[in-house]
Amino acid sequence: MTITITGMRKRFGPTEVLRGIDLTVEKGELVALLGPSGSGKTTLLKIIAGLDWPDMGGLDVDGVNWLNLPAQDRRIGFVFQHYALFPHMKVRDNIAFGLTVRPRSQRPGRGVIAARVDELLHLLQIAHLGDRYPAQLSGGQRQRVALGRALAIEPTVLLLDEPFGALDAAIRRDLRNWLREVHGATGSTSIFVTHDQEEAFELADRVVIMGQGQIEQIGSADQIHDRPATPFVANFMGATVEIPVTMRAGRIEAAGIDATRLERRVLPDGPATLFLRPDDITPIADTQGCWTIETVASTGATLRIALKDGAGNRVETVLPRRAPEAAGLTPGTRTHLRPEAGSVFPGPRPATTPAPAAQAPAKENIR
Amino acid sequence: MSHAATSFAPGQSRTGPRILIGLAVLLTGLLVVAPLIYIFARAFSAGWGAYVRNIMAPDTLHAIWLTSITALIVVPVNILFGIAAAWAVAKHRFPGRGLLVTIIEIPFSISPIIAGICYLLLYGRQGLLGPWLQAHDVQMMFALPGIVMVTMFVTAPFVAREVLPLMQAQGTEQEQAAVTLGASGWQIFTRVTLPGIKWALLYGAVLCTARAVGEFGGVSVVSGNIRGQTNTLPLQVELLFNDLNAVGAFAAASILTLIALVALVLKAVLEGRKAV
Repeated sequence: MTITITGMRKRFGPTEVLRGIDLTVEKGELVALLGPSGSGKTTLLKIIAGLDWPDMGGLDVDGVNWLNLPAQDRRIGFVFQHYALFPHMKVRDNIAFGLTVRPRSQRPGRGVIAARVDELLHLLQIAHLGDRYPAQLSGGQRQRVALGRALAIEPTVLLLDEPFGALDAAIRRDLRNWLREVHGATGSTSIFVTHDQEEAFELADRVVIMGQGQIEQIGSADQIHDRPATPFVANFMGATVEIPVTMRAGRIEAAGIDATRLERRVLPDGPATLFLRPDDITPIADTQGCWTIETVASTGATLRIALKDGAGNRVETVLPRRAPEAAGLTPGTRTHLRPEAGSVFPGPRPATTPAPAAQAPAKENIR
Repeated sequence: MSHAATSFAPGQSRTGPRILIGLAVLLTGLLVVAPLIYIFARAFSAGWGAYVRNIMAPDTLHAIWLTSITALIVVPVNILFGIAAAWAVAKHRFPGRGLLVTIIEIPFSISPIIAGICYLLLYGRQGLLGPWLQAHDVQMMFALPGIVMVTMFVTAPFVAREVLPLMQAQGTEQEQAAVTLGASGWQIFTRVTLPGIKWALLYGAVLCTARAVGEFGGVSVVSGNIRGQTNTLPLQVELLFNDLNAVGAFAAASILTLIALVALVLKAVLEGRKAV
């Protein structure tokens, strides 16, 4: 199923949660919607599911306008962050639900449903839990049941809202690999929402980065990592150090910055902002440097070094403790900074840092 | 009490807690247990035969019947109303939602007598709609419809108040999940929503029944106290008592008490279920 979203807009009261989304998801693809809370990713997912409606825009799936189709008829599998299992039904009945509610003429026979449930329980590796109630399961097991319930109706599209958000790290990793396998086995088109970068990049064929109701960038892990399309993406990807610089003939210039390791950029001359990840900055001891080390903290493997310059700018860097450059870096040492990699955007320091949580629309579980 | 005492740290005074527990026991005895025992003692004071005779008196039987009929009409209507109101408030956002919650709770804060008088002024013979009702030969006041209406008003919040918090706590995700799985509105209600609230619903229904059976003030205004016709059981108790028929009054009262005790036991059982 190819999903085509065009010009989609949605507002909740005064807040614009979607500000013109254009996105195509190809058949069989596994796509991640990645962004901070309030970026509109869950709203977009719910619109695709038919649990919410846009104010404007189109949603076409294989040429069918899904906005005219009620959720019941879309045949999607939706997996909720908090599972939303039916607590009064056994695992088996939860998984069979989507089949048993079909109109009599389309409903498979009792035996067929039971066989399908058995098959799913096996695929989900929870064959021994069929007769338990959701309250008797662990978080990871519940998520498997939720996925099984969604897969039972053989969905055309599988949608997952923060599927591993409520689980601890080890189970997360486990389920991630396993979801990848299930996706491969069923071949359905899948979209999942997450705010976890590692999860998005590890699982998805393509990652869609959303910020403040817009798509900021679409790409693979390396593309997004090395070539962030906007200051927002750079910042979101961990380039939290912003240094005002001047562009001159494609070269980056700033006092106390040794930009020799950065490539030249096709950017107009004038003020610009350099975005750096703390572990991509090496402080080099330099008696003429304009940065002074304030504190040095060791985690054993790395040193976390806080510096400031005469103008009051502060920068934090992370350096392997055994790196040759680390020798002799003590509080009070004067240095210059050598960025190893970074991205530059024209203009002075922009205000487009990721939206603070306060701007996020109130999330209400109301249909 | 020895159980409670062991949970105090050594050296801590035990007299304070003991006095408080003693007071609670004393007050419960004076205010609840003694009157309860007294009802049955007085009801049977003239012997089993007199008790049965008094219960079987036509007026008292009629009062029992009238009270039962009222409860049988009121409780199902309130269950439907309670589910509908709670559903609307818990699962939807619409203008006037807060107002609806307040309106549902009004009967809690208004004295039943005032409700009775309002109905009398509206539907009574001299009331606002009285002439129109009379012209159409409908008698609301001093008849079953009036009694049912007042009882319904008084008990309106019980089911809704029990079901609403639960529905709100459950949110809408289960229903949304059911929608995506292809369930119709009715299937969602019967297979997802209703099983989730059934214990709270029964609990509310028991409370509602107890209140409906025991309602006095509002009913006394609209019933007109016509002996053997519009007297409900609580009104009959008062009537017999004013007639100086103590055994009859207490016999009728014992029936009410029995209903209340059954409701109490059911309530305790359901409370346990509800908490699961």
